[in-house]
Amino acid sequence: MIVAEKQSKKLSLVVFSGDFDKAVAAFTMATGAAAVNYEVNMFFTFWGLNIVKLKKGRRFKGRGLPAGMFNFLSGGFKNLPMSRLNFLGASPKIMTSLMKKRNVATLRELTDAALALNINLYICEMSMVILGLEKKDFIPEIKEILGVAKFLELSENGRTLFI
Amino acid sequence: MTFVKTKLELEKLKKGEVLEVILSSGEPLENVPKSAVEQGYRVLGITRVEGNVYRVEIEK
Repeated sequence: MIVAEKQSKKLSLVVFSGDFDKAVAAFTMATGAAAVNYEVNMFFTFWGLNIVKLKKGRRFKGRGLPAGMFNFLSGGFKNLPMSRLNFLGASPKIMTSLMKKRNVATLRELTDAALALNINLYICEMSMVILGLEKKDFIPEIKEILGVAKFLELSENGRTLFI
Repeated sequence: MTFVKTKLELEKLKKGEVLEVILSSGEPLENVPKSAVEQGYRVLGITRVEGNVYRVEIEK
């Protein structure tokens, strides 16, 4: 009985934002839940795709010039901006050094922990079509490319957050 | 996050091995031993190191 109860604990996050601070929030929730045996699904869409791109820096990627420009300008994991007070990208770097100094997990540590805890990572099919991206443009740990219907199915009977 | 780190370390251990976690009082001290017990680990002891720093010993 207890086992059955444990298996029903589930948290699904829609990670729409590609902001540094919101990614920290999303991964803190996700890893915290996974560590206490929640089944965790993270569904990355639109700006959130920047968090899970294979190349961590800026890359001119995507089919066609506009998509390429867009993907270049939105950057990769290393260029995630703060949602406020970004100061041309200085803030995430200052924040990361503060996190290290105060012994709080950095975003990189959180994403590594997410992989170690086998959190299910999904990417949005529609955003990928718009941005001209393919599965190989993302980290290999991505489990599947999904649409809304499949996400609803996966998140059913759990809690869902939109970040 | 303290428990996330604890859990990842516990996963590396063999059954019967003991993990020593140094943590602060407050939320980590309340939650780490509780979560460990909930997940079937044994908390062998909690001792104060100094100030608000504590040592928790957890057996896998």
